[in-house]
Amino acid sequence: MATDTMTNQHVAAHGGHEEHHDTTGLKMYGFWIYLMSDLIIFGSLFATYAVIHNGTAGGPTSKDLFELDFVLVETFLLLFSSFTYGMAVLAMHKERVKQVMGWLIVTFLFGAGFVGMEIYEFHHLIEEGFGPDRSGFLSSFFALVGTHGLHVSFGLLWMAIMIIQLGLKGITDKTKPRVLCLSLFWHFLDIVWICVFTFVYLMGVL
Amino acid sequence: MSTSTSHDGGSHGSVKSYIWGLIFSIILTVIPFGMVMKGGFSEGVLVVAITIMAILQVLLQLILFMHMNLKTQEGRDSGSFVFFTALILALVIGGSVWIMYHLNVNLM
Repeated sequence: MATDTMTNQHVAAHGGHEEHHDTTGLKMYGFWIYLMSDLIIFGSLFATYAVIHNGTAGGPTSKDLFELDFVLVETFLLLFSSFTYGMAVLAMHKERVKQVMGWLIVTFLFGAGFVGMEIYEFHHLIEEGFGPDRSGFLSSFFALVGTHGLHVSFGLLWMAIMIIQLGLKGITDKTKPRVLCLSLFWHFLDIVWICVFTFVYLMGVL
Repeated sequence: MSTSTSHDGGSHGSVKSYIWGLIFSIILTVIPFGMVMKGGFSEGVLVVAITIMAILQVLLQLILFMHMNLKTQEGRDSGSFVFFTALILALVIGGSVWIMYHLNVNLM
């Protein structure tokens, strides 16, 4: 009760909207800091891949393994999901909860398609005996692309939770920053993927 | 409450900015894939071209999808952090490749 009264006074003093906007901004700033430290992880994995990608130990090289048309479809799935998430954010600013959930479901399906294709690719490689244990090149490849895929998978889990939460609670001061932070996370993963398809897949077949 | 869109609409983007982001991203994806898959370019040209297009697409998505900007205080706060991280990444990745390349050359 005591805290309730204090918050109310605080809100009254600053005006409801200002207060809500301030904390959202702070949460998103914190999330940017998390994203940038996450980017350092990806950067280290990219550096590792760059250094040992020629260490194939007599096994297949990137030229033998990568199929670009497959990767192009994956790229478009993730790009479209990034766009549809943007549509969800716009709908949220118009307070249309059904639309937000609809766009999030579309985004989820695109993302799930991406993860599904990646699992298929990994499974296919491991079946043929080209798993992460085959060579330094394949270890670093699975570490880098797998870490990105895990991020997307956890993003999907977060998205599923947000769809349920929006259904139960609607757009509130609590759910809003969560959806916005996930939007940053999701766009961030698409940006990391641009670097993956450029420096791993495209340069891998040159 | 619902007037918040008009107040801070700029920092959250609009349908237009997302659609432009999507169109440019598609173009900057199709061109490098096309160049590599069709062939006919020298390796040097391809490396430079696809690197430039990747950097362009990253910047484009940072601005149009993640609403990075240097106009608002919030934008500058997160923006300066992004620039700092980019510097660290350049050191980590560039430094690793540089050192390991020379080690490789010297030991062969």
